[in-house]
Amino acid sequence: MNRREALSRVALILGGTVVGANVFLEGCKPGDKKAATTRTFSDGDIAYLDEIAETIIPTTNTPGAKAAKVGAFMTVMVNDCYEEKDQKVFFEGMKLLNEASDKKFGKSFMDIDAAQRKTLLMEIDTEVKKYMAEKKGEDPKHYFRMMKELTLLGYFTSEIGATQALRYVAVPGKYEGCVPYKKGDRAWAT
Amino acid sequence: MPDNVYDAIVIGSGISGGWAAKELTEKGLKVLMLERGRNIEHVKDYVNANKAPWEFPHRGGRTQQMIKDYPVLKRDYPLNETNLDYWCSDKDSPYTEIKRFDWFRGYHVGGRSLMWGRQSYRLSDLDFEANAKEGIAIDWPVRYKEIAPWYDYAERFAGISGSKEGLPQLPDGQFLPPMEMTCVEKDVAARIKEKFDGKRHMIIGRTANITVPFTDQGRASCQYRNKCWLGCPFGAYFSTQSSTLPAAMKTGNLTLRPWSIVTKILYDKDKKRATGVEVLDGENNKTYTYNAKIIFVNASALNSAWILMNSATDIWPDGLGSSSGELGHNVMDHHLGVGAGGQVEGYEDQYYFGRRANGVYIPRYRNFFGDKRDYLRGFGYQGGGGRGGYSRSAEEISIGADLKDALVEPGTWTMGIGGFGETLPYHENRIYLDKNTYSDKQEQFNDPITGKDLGMRPVPDKNGKQRLDKWGLPVLAFDVEYKENEKKMRKDMLNDAIEMLEAAGVKNVKGRDGDGTLGRGIHEMGTARMGKDPKTSVLNKWNQVWDAPNVFVTDGSFMTSASCVNPSLGYMAFTARAADHAVNELKKGNL
Repeated sequence: MNRREALSRVALILGGTVVGANVFLEGCKPGDKKAATTRTFSDGDIAYLDEIAETIIPTTNTPGAKAAKVGAFMTVMVNDCYEEKDQKVFFEGMKLLNEASDKKFGKSFMDIDAAQRKTLLMEIDTEVKKYMAEKKGEDPKHYFRMMKELTLLGYFTSEIGATQALRYVAVPGKYEGCVPYKKGDRAWAT
Repeated sequence: MPDNVYDAIVIGSGISGGWAAKELTEKGLKVLMLERGRNIEHVKDYVNANKAPWEFPHRGGRTQQMIKDYPVLKRDYPLNETNLDYWCSDKDSPYTEIKRFDWFRGYHVGGRSLMWGRQSYRLSDLDFEANAKEGIAIDWPVRYKEIAPWYDYAERFAGISGSKEGLPQLPDGQFLPPMEMTCVEKDVAARIKEKFDGKRHMIIGRTANITVPFTDQGRASCQYRNKCWLGCPFGAYFSTQSSTLPAAMKTGNLTLRPWSIVTKILYDKDKKRATGVEVLDGENNKTYTYNAKIIFVNASALNSAWILMNSATDIWPDGLGSSSGELGHNVMDHHLGVGAGGQVEGYEDQYYFGRRANGVYIPRYRNFFGDKRDYLRGFGYQGGGGRGGYSRSAEEISIGADLKDALVEPGTWTMGIGGFGETLPYHENRIYLDKNTYSDKQEQFNDPITGKDLGMRPVPDKNGKQRLDKWGLPVLAFDVEYKENEKKMRKDMLNDAIEMLEAAGVKNVKGRDGDGTLGRGIHEMGTARMGKDPKTSVLNKWNQVWDAPNVFVTDGSFMTSASCVNPSLGYMAFTARAADHAVNELKKGNL
């Protein structure tokens, strides 16, 4: 991002929660110096996160988040970019999400089918909206908000997301300020 | 000639240093250009320039390690993984903040010409006459008509695209074809003009991206990738590497020496002339001396002042150029962080092609032609309008195929603008060599106003040691802040932004008054200002140090006032003019 984008982004940031905005703009807060990972991710975790991501952005006429390896992307971001307190929320959230699955369906998230996964995550997403509406400044972010943001960022900036779900032109070669758009045309990736 | 003797030495290789090297070598002088950091070769060393977004592991973001390693850079947008190598290490080159100052530096060949925002505007007599008319600081020793031909000259070579508008406060220049506005920008521009009786204008940005090929410079026209800050493999924006350095090299008269930290200018008090420079090699820590008849100081405003402060201290304790009492004073920048944005309804059948490396510009309209505010000077806005991408807020849709289907289409149009305000030259806003002593301990430094984490800083201790950089050199201390005039101006910057966008039909307009800390404009100016009187200025009207006329300072330090426009084009023009004067004086035997 350059300064002009930072300036223009004013509008977007004000529009609500923006995917990835924290990654690009937020510094760490006083007193949160350590970035030590509280635990590590296993291959099983990555598979689990892949399924969560795939439920958020499924395969349709284009590949979904699992094909774009969003699970692994999430682990890189949580490990490298999250503050310790957010890492804790994320790890705890992985546990909470499974517990919610167990409570609702009597099975872990990996053992329920796609429709059940969608039902579960839609419920949690509703919970997030309620939580965000009541959230005070210092309250931690909701874990599922993190997962959703990371999924969208990871998917749409992946090669699959950018070139198949969206349109990516490496070297446009020209600029046209006004071109016709018809419903259904894909958005530019960047 | 011995191998350490040149006709001229240029200290620094950024925008103004590159111009000095080009002009002096083209006039036949043998020139040594000294750069404190590493070399970056055009194209070859732009290692990330051709990467796709997915090739960056954090997709362009910042890691906690980066935040820890860059306590200054992290304060704003520059800290990111795509061009981290272009910013200097905050740890190797620390500085002391008596008051918070965000100093974003590029220590390598090309300096910040590689990462600059490329917006290129001319000052006008509104700017050159302001100090005298208002009784602020001192008068500029020049007027627009003296500089205009040099703006022409700089624009023709650097390549500035833009539109001619006939605005007295923002003179037109030698422009390449302008880039196009989006249809929303065009409509907003038309409405602003209409609603404000033709007194306010929104125009396409004037940018140092070429819109036609410059074949003689080996530069292709802009390819609309909008990745300029990674270095352009097409040479489509002006940088030292793409433009002035190859021109200087072509003469056969230029020697470029990276890793050369100039520690002082050597001065002959009998002849009242500089004789050369002392260089600390940044790699082997050895000291070298180079001699020349002319020295151009282009180390960037604050570091140029640092070099002068370290020079000729046996004659002037506060350094070469300090006899006026103004060296290091009058630090200026542009204050930013205020703006507004909102959504634009309709236009669903409109989009754009390509990634325009440019935005729109609203030139200053305050405090002239009958407008009178409760503060002096004014501000301009930069911004743009486009359609939301996948990163827009989509709160109404939960998850699954519906969410995906919605986000693969462009969102509603948004329009945002942010202000660039002029700061006045205050004598008490100053930098100086930090000779205080500190203990080995570090303390947390938070912004006293915002509480924002500014990293760790050493604790003062009268039995401690002086603060030094990685090379054992003294560091600068900053005592700089914006004051009442700027605070009043910021209110207008906020209210006007909201008012204009609303008048133009933008919906849900929200203003933002964010962080206006000086430094983050990355337009440092004023530390060796030019003037008519050696008692009140460091430089004369030709950028010569009054006390050493063969020393020319032509980066932002010469600025007598800040204007509100992006200043780099002015540095190019003044540098070319000073080089011309230097060579004429040399020929006449005056230097």
